[in-house]
Amino acid sequence: MAENKTVRFIITRQDTPDSAPYEEEFVLPYRTNMNVISALMEIRRNPVNAKGEKTVPISWDMNCLEEVCGACSMVINGKPRQSCTALVDQLEQPIRLAPMKTFTVVRDLQVDRSRMFDSLKRVKAWIPIDGTYDLGPGPRMPEKKRQWAYELSKCMTCGVCLEACPNVNSKSDFIGPAPLSQVRLFNAHPTGEMNKAERLEAIMGDGGLANCGNSQNCVQSCPKGIPLTTSIAALNRDTSIQAFKNFFGSDQV
Amino acid sequence: MAGNQEFYWRRLHSLLGVIPVGLFLTQHLVVNHFATKGEQAFNDAAHFMESLPFRIFLEVFVIYLPLLFHAIYGLYIAFTAKNNTSRFGFFRNWMFMLQRISGVITLVFVAWHVWETRLAAAFGAEVNFQMMEEILGSPFMFAFYVIGVISAIFHFANGLWSFFVSWGITVTPRSQLISTYVTIGLFVVLSIIGIRALVAFI
Repeated sequence: MAENKTVRFIITRQDTPDSAPYEEEFVLPYRTNMNVISALMEIRRNPVNAKGEKTVPISWDMNCLEEVCGACSMVINGKPRQSCTALVDQLEQPIRLAPMKTFTVVRDLQVDRSRMFDSLKRVKAWIPIDGTYDLGPGPRMPEKKRQWAYELSKCMTCGVCLEACPNVNSKSDFIGPAPLSQVRLFNAHPTGEMNKAERLEAIMGDGGLANCGNSQNCVQSCPKGIPLTTSIAALNRDTSIQAFKNFFGSDQV
Repeated sequence: MAGNQEFYWRRLHSLLGVIPVGLFLTQHLVVNHFATKGEQAFNDAAHFMESLPFRIFLEVFVIYLPLLFHAIYGLYIAFTAKNNTSRFGFFRNWMFMLQRISGVITLVFVAWHVWETRLAAAFGAEVNFQMMEEILGSPFMFAFYVIGVISAIFHFANGLWSFFVSWGITVTPRSQLISTYVTIGLFVVLSIIGIRALVAFI
């Protein structure tokens, strides 16, 4: 009886970035503790679709397999999430897999998230400590603040918040919630704070912070529970003050 | 948008929606409420508003220009969104979509309402209780006015919630939740005032 139990998958496939997507169905033998990745591996081992035809194995991204790298994000039963922590036992069947269409589809379930990394560069999501001489130790960070900042540092650039956001789409150049929250993280760091204005001015540019429409899907969808909308509201306050300083002038950095 | 001005246009859009457009909406609804006190009370109030000194300047700078900017830039914002409430049915996502829908409805309503009253006045008609009585006598126009007034009030109340977030006033989830209740209260109160005035004309 148990041997006959199967799992059905309907997978949205796409052969090249420009070709039309199509659906392909797969029926796999059930195994206990199966997750979406192990199912995709099973299809790779035996690439035969539900009609019994031999097909090409499915292409997808993965890396850490423990929900910290963000690479294996895809749309599972309509919700963007990581496939490594999507347990088959907890999913309604047939399980529908699709790529996150907010990004360019490379092939099948594999997407190109490089726009997110470009955004991190644009908002200067780092702490500049390089110099021609040893700058010495920076200011200390209170432990309580470190613990608070750790929550923001959990972002793995997985792209789920961009996929969930109605304002991140082909008609807009909004960079999305993830890089914005990183600005809050680096501006909270005692050394990073020294370049606070640079980062705020970066997100005050086109496609930046002001594009947020407060649908708050990001905070509901973030797999790491990052307080993205709190970050956005906090940055709204910081940029209000920054805009005031820029226009009226200020002696404060 | 040309250059790097999007941040300032967005903030201006958010500000103008509340000051002066939202305040004008509230004032307009309150003055309309005189209709519940009878024909004479409404006509006196309308006449007082009409006879304010520098009326045309007040109208241009407090109403027409801010409203035009808010409407045109708002349409651009509304049509750059890709609504996804079917996939993400969260409360705030619904509000996000309703904000855009109510904005478009309000724009259609306000355009028609200005044509029918203020522009008619410019062409010589007198705006008084009788004029509104005639307009709202038609069940279709009455329904159109109810929908228009409700969507304008919704757009203002929910827009006020976003205004508090966009300017960094409500940051924590708790303050945003309380602001949700406060703006719902505002929606209910203004809706009662607005509908009572409309009903008074029939």
